[in-house]
Amino acid sequence: MRRLLNLQPRRPLRLALFLAPVAAMLVTYLAFSDARLAENPQDRLLPAFSTMGDTLLRMAMEPDRRSGDLLFWLDTGVSLQRLALGVCLGALTALMLGVASGLIPLAGASLSPLLAIIAMVPPLAILPILLIAFGVGELAKVMLIAIGVAPFIARELEGRVRELPREQLIKAQTLGAGTWLTLWYVVLPQILPRLFDAVRLSLGAAWLFLIAAEAIASTEGLGYRIFLMRRYLAMDLILPYVAWMTGLAWFLDYALRALNRRLFPWYGAEAGR
Amino acid sequence: MSELTLKNVGMRYGDTVVLERLNLILDSGTFCAVVGASGAGKSTFLKLLLSELQPTEGSITLGGRPLPQEPGPERGVVYQRYSVFPHLTALENICFGLERTQGNALFGRTWGAKHRVLRTEARDLLEAVGLTAAADRYPGALSGGMQQRLALAQTLALKPELLLLDEPFGALDPGNKQTAHALLKQLWAERGMTVVMVTHDLSEAFTLGTRVLVLDKVREDPHSPERFGASITYDLPVDRSAPLRAASVPPVS
Repeated sequence: MRRLLNLQPRRPLRLALFLAPVAAMLVTYLAFSDARLAENPQDRLLPAFSTMGDTLLRMAMEPDRRSGDLLFWLDTGVSLQRLALGVCLGALTALMLGVASGLIPLAGASLSPLLAIIAMVPPLAILPILLIAFGVGELAKVMLIAIGVAPFIARELEGRVRELPREQLIKAQTLGAGTWLTLWYVVLPQILPRLFDAVRLSLGAAWLFLIAAEAIASTEGLGYRIFLMRRYLAMDLILPYVAWMTGLAWFLDYALRALNRRLFPWYGAEAGR
Repeated sequence: MSELTLKNVGMRYGDTVVLERLNLILDSGTFCAVVGASGAGKSTFLKLLLSELQPTEGSITLGGRPLPQEPGPERGVVYQRYSVFPHLTALENICFGLERTQGNALFGRTWGAKHRVLRTEARDLLEAVGLTAAADRYPGALSGGMQQRLALAQTLALKPELLLLDEPFGALDPGNKQTAHALLKQLWAERGMTVVMVTHDLSEAFTLGTRVLVLDKVREDPHSPERFGASITYDLPVDRSAPLRAASVPPVS
């Protein structure tokens, strides 16, 4: 008998091991759902998959009776736009702060401790301040996401810049580059793939801030909808919405990974590592 | 001319003396190999010549002028690792120095005819180090020996007066090492720059160098080893014609 830590599952077994818990969860859900629905066909807590499908289809295909919008697509579009704007704004700010702090010791002396402190501020705690400062419009929500992810990304990039071998910076100088050209031709191109990675890792937090902001002050959006429907115990809408958001998050993660591989073929196979 | 002189150069970190009383005149075109035990200050010596560190005592001049306070294109360097930029292809790595020095301060790159001339120059250099086939590959896809040859070409593109080598072939297997030695010897013979190579491989020092310096502590205080630093304990000229001359000595009758 081989030791447990040396046993490698082969392909069919690997697939079976992946599918087993998923199937178990589905079956458990179906069993409880059927039991409740048999007792009370009006039960809202554990809706049948068919009910969820119908509700989702209605949200996606039939215009809302009051506004005439296709609510599902409206929510998705608005939420993704907020997410994209917030993350891009945060990432750009973080890129500038992180690179400056990591490369230039004089900038780092003031930025580095400042970023460490700012990163400790719980972003949701300043949501009221943002709502007061920027109103209840789009800006406050975008700012919450940007402020939420920027310190994390900035500190990550600062660390990555400092990890660049000192030899490279010396080498760049012996090849005629000053601070600016070293920044532009040595540091930035090597930091961009790391920025993509940092953004990918911060997307989870970004979704959290998006949904929190939409739950508190919004009139549309994925987060707004599920918190609105909570009042009606509309699990037939909340569950598919959650699944949809999970799918979107997974896709964004995948897309950023693919983009990184595509744009920076050298990344991950660096010399001398 | 690019004569390198060190006058009474010393380097200390706080109370720890690393190097002391280094006096040296290297004629232009010398291939100087520096050997010494680990911790003898070889790397510090090289950092002083690169201006990565400033000596705490004494002065260094290159071609009669004080050594610039920061690294610059008059001095080239090849390290054992991290010598080439991982995000640039082999050809782009060679173009790096040419682009930065020929472009303006804002963009640091060239366009049009100037750019084409520069690419041709870079391709010639790639050919000189035998990497033409690898022009569009990233360093991560090159072997250690190829990376070091690329690093040499990248540095030589700017025709530095002084070439500094920090154990450049220390990580190579014997075969690759020999190829690299032959290449370096040939490039040095063609271009005649002054070379300072730090190594801990004695045979490498004597096969390549025309002058071998040994760094070691002259004075030792067993109670506080940090009190005295290393200095040049041996300064050996390597006369390449010597074996030939010995052979031509008429036999004793």
